[in-house]
Amino acid sequence: MRFELHMALRFLKEGRMQTALILAGISTGVGVIIFISALIGGLQESIIDRTLGTQAHVVLRPPDDEARPQLDRQREDVLEHIQRPAQRLRSILNWPRLLTELRRRPGVTAASPTVAGSAFALRGTANRSVALRGVDPESYSGILDLRTRLTEGTFDLTGTHIVVGVELAKELGLSVGDTLRLTAPEDRSEVFTISGLFDVGNKDLNLRWVFVSLREGQTLMNLSGGVSTVEVKVRDIFSAEKEAQEIHAATGLKADSWMTLNSELLTGLRGQSSSSVMIQFFVIVAVMLGIASVLVVSVIQKGRQIGILRAFGTRREQVLRIFLLQGGLLGVVGSLGGIMLGTFLALFFQSMVSNQDGTPLFPVALTAALYARSVLVALITGLVGAWLPARRAANMDPAVAIRYE
Amino acid sequence: MNNSSAILQLQQVRKSYPGAVSTEVLHGIDIRINHGEFVALVGPSGSGKSTLLNILGLLDRPSSGTVEILGKDCTGLDDAGLTRLRGSSIGFVFQFHHLLPSFTAEENVFLPMLADTGHFKPEMRTRARGLLARIGLEGFETRPVSRLSGGQQQRVAIARALVMNPPLVLADEPTGNLDRASGQQTFEFMRRFNRELGTAFLLVTHDPGLAQRCDRILTLEDGCLINENKSSEADLKGALTAMR
Repeated sequence: MRFELHMALRFLKEGRMQTALILAGISTGVGVIIFISALIGGLQESIIDRTLGTQAHVVLRPPDDEARPQLDRQREDVLEHIQRPAQRLRSILNWPRLLTELRRRPGVTAASPTVAGSAFALRGTANRSVALRGVDPESYSGILDLRTRLTEGTFDLTGTHIVVGVELAKELGLSVGDTLRLTAPEDRSEVFTISGLFDVGNKDLNLRWVFVSLREGQTLMNLSGGVSTVEVKVRDIFSAEKEAQEIHAATGLKADSWMTLNSELLTGLRGQSSSSVMIQFFVIVAVMLGIASVLVVSVIQKGRQIGILRAFGTRREQVLRIFLLQGGLLGVVGSLGGIMLGTFLALFFQSMVSNQDGTPLFPVALTAALYARSVLVALITGLVGAWLPARRAANMDPAVAIRYE
Repeated sequence: MNNSSAILQLQQVRKSYPGAVSTEVLHGIDIRINHGEFVALVGPSGSGKSTLLNILGLLDRPSSGTVEILGKDCTGLDDAGLTRLRGSSIGFVFQFHHLLPSFTAEENVFLPMLADTGHFKPEMRTRARGLLARIGLEGFETRPVSRLSGGQQQRVAIARALVMNPPLVLADEPTGNLDRASGQQTFEFMRRFNRELGTAFLLVTHDPGLAQRCDRILTLEDGCLINENKSSEADLKGALTAMR
């Protein structure tokens, strides 16, 4: 065993009561950090999953139509009023190449072309306004995997097959195998056969979304060979806005990230994260001060022993390391206790209240990364807390320290 | 005796402590200790013995003058250099033994070796046990030193001072806190190691009887070395009494 480690362990063992108390303090602090992080992380994951589970992270659209007035701008007596043109459904130019380029981006996990527009679903005398979504089933599964959301039938969009939400099916009395007429603007109309019913956990979407094949979508929306949007999923959801801006800069397309489309949600999430960070920060400061105070007392109590060590050839940096190691050991061992405490608290809290479907009301996110981060934070906190006492010990004059009473 | 046999040599060493009025506690000390010598340093309280011992042990620096260990001038060495030289060349025995109380006897003995190499090796334990056996502490190796008698603790301190095989051991009143029998025994052990290993000892003592049994007696008074001769016990006793 290394000399410094040997001495650090012995010093900690000598001050058993102090060591036990500070370990309890560190464990409590780390336990609180883990509990709060797991709870807030779980809640955020749940909120994000519920909100973004049915959304693309970035939606790309063609740039808006701009009016191009034929005016002599030099003339001051002409009042200039430019009427904004109505935006018609247009295709993204050269979208297959765009898809290839998007899929090459390291931050992008999936990109899928869609044709989106409004239509009417007619069944007998009943009709409902729906949001038509023509998709490529393979690539769209990277955006929203409807196969896992089906309550009935299959996700089959071949030919004139269609997949609708459970609410629309209920409204129109539909089931798998039934037919449904969709009428799009300009009286383009087609009869489809229901191949599956989905439930995405959102009543409005279950009522409005209707999925057809990309080709049928193009036909109904009069967008032959074109797509109105390209939907993108990114690796890190919080980098979506950055990705959107980069894509916009590179392509000139309108790029809206979920962060701009759900700015209130984002503000809420950031508020949660900030409060969590603040709590963790103060807990870390308290733990650091605890470690520092224990080690300051230890340096005072062991002044003579430090002097003796220095007298028989222990170098200043070795003394420094002995006390830094004590801080590090306290941090790591305390954090292991904290992991157990935090995990127990989080799981206990999670098991207390459940939703109607049996899922926990307060889901917790206990991850290996959280544990590793907690140990690392506690280690750094221990080292920082030990720094001043360690320097004080290392700078002790051995001749004075030996005579220390 | 030529220069090459000197372990430690002080030339015109002065030590002052700064303050409103600078106080000089050592006034031009010249000392030379040779290999294998057993030297006593006597003097009344406040004569500067502790300051001198700190300078001899490289725990403090002189204000002026030179300190040479094994022919090497230590005046310009930095703290790391002094620490290294102290660890390898000088052993310490203190009046109150200054052992690490929760450590066992053998741990206290091999700690200087552990500090020197940074890693534990089984030979360290073997050497510590060998020294403890030679000093009559066989069977006490794994006992915490806090559970040993005063005399035993001081013997552990002697073993610790010798574990690095230093050419010089500085002993600051090693028998001052012991009863007469234990004090005599401790002195005998130091004398024996001096003869068997050739380790030089500088022994600070207030006991004229022990000083008389040393090869040479250095007498310090008011920061000056006033006598470097072998005196009779009666003369020495008289001198020490007069100086108190």
